[in-house]
Amino acid sequence: MLAMNYRGPYRVRADKNAPLPEILHPQDAIVRVLRSCICGSDLHLYHGLVPDTRVGSTFGHEFIGEVVEVGAGIESLQVGDRVMVPFNIACGKCAFCRQELYGNCHESNPEATAVGGIFGYSHTAGGYAGGQAEYVRVPYADVGPVVIPDWMDPDDAVLLTDVVPTGYQAAEMAGIQPGDTVVVFGAGPIGIMAAKCSWLFGAGRVIIIDQVDYRLEFAERYAQCEAVNFRSIGDPVVFVKTITDSLGADVCIDAVGCEAAGNTMNTLLGRYLMLQGGSTTALHWAINSVKKGGIVSIVGVYGPIDSLVPIGNVLNKGISIRANQASVKRLLPKLIQHVQDGIINPKELITHRVPLEEVADAYHIFSSKLDNCIKTVLIPPFA
Amino acid sequence: MTDQTTPEDFINDRQWRYSHIKGWGIDFDPKNDPTYPLKKRNNAEHQGYSWQRPPLQEETVEILKSVERPNLTAVYGTSNPPIGLSGVLRRIAFQYSESSYGRWLPLVLADRVNMIEGILCDIKKGHLPNLVNELGLRAEWKHNKKSLIGKSIVAAVMIGLVAYQFCSKKKK
Repeated sequence: MLAMNYRGPYRVRADKNAPLPEILHPQDAIVRVLRSCICGSDLHLYHGLVPDTRVGSTFGHEFIGEVVEVGAGIESLQVGDRVMVPFNIACGKCAFCRQELYGNCHESNPEATAVGGIFGYSHTAGGYAGGQAEYVRVPYADVGPVVIPDWMDPDDAVLLTDVVPTGYQAAEMAGIQPGDTVVVFGAGPIGIMAAKCSWLFGAGRVIIIDQVDYRLEFAERYAQCEAVNFRSIGDPVVFVKTITDSLGADVCIDAVGCEAAGNTMNTLLGRYLMLQGGSTTALHWAINSVKKGGIVSIVGVYGPIDSLVPIGNVLNKGISIRANQASVKRLLPKLIQHVQDGIINPKELITHRVPLEEVADAYHIFSSKLDNCIKTVLIPPFA
Repeated sequence: MTDQTTPEDFINDRQWRYSHIKGWGIDFDPKNDPTYPLKKRNNAEHQGYSWQRPPLQEETVEILKSVERPNLTAVYGTSNPPIGLSGVLRRIAFQYSESSYGRWLPLVLADRVNMIEGILCDIKKGHLPNLVNELGLRAEWKHNKKSLIGKSIVAAVMIGLVAYQFCSKKKK
């Protein structure tokens, strides 16, 4: 079958001879992929920043597809069902899944305890093949996958597997109260969605900060928020204080993660020397921009190694930091309803639809922010 | 064998030793829950690793297990088992906990070694990696021609300088 194949940092190809996935467990299903996305966090793998990313891996944790085979223990799915597959692999039985922390399953990743299993996200996240392929093995298929409603556009469905829930949970974790000023660092798809969802919790003002003008323009339009280029405002922390009566934002959201620009030392240590779990610039700004007693919500992805953050300021300001991988399964019923009601229109984020055969070009376009790229969807042949 | 831990190494023997403490629990407030609404709290963790596990996936390839857990998870990915020199480095890394640089730095090194192994493997199979395609340079040419030409000129000059230095040293 055709599948994306990682060959090393910045090098991927479409492999026409990848082996077909097999049922390896009674609760497995095999899904024929109809759409898969390249996520901003896939770029961390693509750039070689996630330890234990092995050559030959297939990435892709945002995908939908049609069930073509089920294991003997599967009860809720049938061959022919079209499903959206949450990026988290969750057993539904462990102490964490039973409390709806589906992003923290204890029975899906033997290789690290800090993160649950994730499709196509290195051996640090369980060593599963991802969905940027024609077919994919879906473990615990009775737990995660949700049948796509007949009325739903597949382009909306594929974005419900990660982007929408992650953006939504960023706003949810932020504990936004009516009238709050929310500052979102990062105008990638997740940041844009977090800004959009902040309104749903009653934000009084939403400001998104990034350095890429076309993304800021998009965010301003899509999320109906203020958009600011940090290259044009001097120190972003001073800027935020200036526009918030010197008190700081009520809530800051880090939707950037380990590849943040804006600070030479962080870039050098985190991105080039890999001596910390990424560049923590956005997190620095979030901690320092939020008010005393405020909340910082983190959905940007960082590596597992230690990272430099101003933890003294966290203490002295009494900041609450909230973070997690999105619990997609928990959020899907609500978000499907929001899509049906027209409150969220996920597919508007998609700017590029690329055949899976051209996956290398798709990664390069997204990584280098060419052609005003916001979100790329890969379409397998015969999808 | 990557680690020697067993389920017996991971027992939390609480034995309710605090129940005799004066004032124990008097200020407990269920609303004081920073995990709300993410977590539907039922304190299942307090029962330990006692849930009914899903059926266990048959172990068909080498899986490196974190020393912070007693067993393999019920399912896991089987893609790209550790091989070669990078595999040796990965096995060393997995002897350390996730809080140790000993765990992560060898993995970063293993990934770079693995990249070279990948190229050698391709060549062995008679497949010369198509770097233009793999690096997405066609897209760069289409959408960012100026930058690609600039980078190519810089690269050519650098290579030329190195070649010149090399040749002039040889002549001396």
